Amino acid sequence: MTLLRTKGLSRHFDGLKAVDGVDFALDPGEIRAIIGPNGAGKSTFVSLLSGRIKPSAGQVFFEDRDVTGMPAHKRVRMGIAYTFQITNIYGAMTVLENIAIAAQNRLRPHLFSRKPVSEVQIARAATKAAQEVGLGDLLYETAGTLAYGHQRLLEVAMGLALQPKLLILDEPTQGLSDSEIGNFQEVVRRVAQSATVLLIEHNMDVVMALADRITVLETGQVLAEGSPGDIVSNDAVQAAYLGAPA
Amino acid sequence: MTLHNGKLLALCVVTVIVLFVLQFVLPPYLTLALTRILILSVFAMGYNMLMGYTGLLSLGHAMFFAAGLYAAGLSTYYWGVTLPVAFLLGIIGAFAVSLVIGLLALRTQAVSFMIVTLMFAQAGYLMTLQFTSITGGDQGLTLPTDARSFGLFGFVVDMTSDTARFNLALLIFTVVLGVLFAITQGPLGRLFVAVRENEPRTQMLGFDTYAIKLTAFTVSGTISGTAGALYGLMFGYIGSSFAGFQNSIEALLYTLIGGPGTLLGPLLGTAVMTMLIDRLSGITTAYLIVIGVLLIVVNLWFPKGILGTIRDRWLGWLK
Repeated sequence: MTLLRTKGLSRHFDGLKAVDGVDFALDPGEIRAIIGPNGAGKSTFVSLLSGRIKPSAGQVFFEDRDVTGMPAHKRVRMGIAYTFQITNIYGAMTVLENIAIAAQNRLRPHLFSRKPVSEVQIARAATKAAQEVGLGDLLYETAGTLAYGHQRLLEVAMGLALQPKLLILDEPTQGLSDSEIGNFQEVVRRVAQSATVLLIEHNMDVVMALADRITVLETGQVLAEGSPGDIVSNDAVQAAYLGAPA
Repeated sequence: MTLHNGKLLALCVVTVIVLFVLQFVLPPYLTLALTRILILSVFAMGYNMLMGYTGLLSLGHAMFFAAGLYAAGLSTYYWGVTLPVAFLLGIIGAFAVSLVIGLLALRTQAVSFMIVTLMFAQAGYLMTLQFTSITGGDQGLTLPTDARSFGLFGFVVDMTSDTARFNLALLIFTVVLGVLFAITQGPLGRLFVAVRENEPRTQMLGFDTYAIKLTAFTVSGTISGTAGALYGLMFGYIGSSFAGFQNSIEALLYTLIGGPGTLLGPLLGTAVMTMLIDRLSGITTAYLIVIGVLLIVVNLWFPKGILGTIRDRWLGWLK
């Protein structure tokens, strides 16, 4: 069984075909990287998966259920978590409060829960997620004042607190230092033990170190797909990236 | 590792005790003023729920105040229901109105939301004038003598007695404060603030933000209407001026001065503003100019209001 599948998925912005008829399948448990030149449609593609934008055509299936018309928040409930390319946190709140909102979605999904989960449980789950990414010492810091690398980790912690089946990371290492990237890879590996990870990434070292399989997008279409070794030796990919004649 | 807010709860308890003791210290004139302040701050607390905690600026909250006022007042005026029943009907009326208006108004955002709430409120105001034969319009209706007292558990409570009025207002204020503490300092309140701080992010954490906003809107309108019902029944008068634009603006002012998104801000803001207007109007008829200048100053230098500024500088738990 595939975890996530798309059929002819397309998104056109007026004349621009940002995503154009993509057939894509993701198996449970893998770490998949999506790479491609700037403007290849990577971010649009994962936005279609998460439901942030609606497709022009095609379908998305999650656990064999058609979720194409489902609003984003319901897809999150089903287990698709998305972390933003541009850091998108609650700047005025503390680290703990940021993650608590995510934890609350899982522990207390209904607004008027008849069996309310205690605040202690929510706080405990949030603290655990913070510790997993190494933010355990910064629980009471205001999120907006954190260093950029920590804010990226906070994004991931919020994703983790949802305990998703699929975690979509949109350029997670952008702007991180080398040591932060090393720590980040550890975090992703740990996450991958319990969730499927879909990673958009520019840093090829990170991709090669983490990904089980790689999908290459170009001008909205799938150019190639395979193991890291296959992709590196693929002539079409080299042409797309390096501009060299195939 | 805690998300509870024990300090704020303690401050609320102290505030209620101080308010209770004040009636033995203050002269009757000020006790009456404090009664009004308590009821109007319930109105502002309702407003603050939406504007302060959820970040939705409504310009039409007079319509909810009036919904409670008229539902309570008219039912006792025409059907002669007892005051507790009328009060309950007022709350139900405000709940119904705020739920329906919320369903419609929350389809818009930001400036459109302000305008839509204002338009609905103006429509409501004009309706109270249109049906003058029922509502009494501008002149209003004075509730009959038998609607000025009620018996409860063997006690007769007289609505013309200052002591009864003050303690009843304090009781309702305390209940509302308790309810709002439970809401704002718990999981539901966290979601309100999450919507205020970053709505798209909240959606991507799996929450239906429309449902969250509708909940905040309905709670807010219902509490504002509770204040309206109490005001009408307690002072025995209902009139269309309560449905007017100025009433909406006053709720906004009280909240802004006291501190939007702070639990006790509305009480402080209402007290400061009503006492100020009271004193100034004794000195000059142009007191609104002074109020205007004060508001500009507050907005320029203390946009978070009195308690909001204190929270940001010193006491983080004051929320």
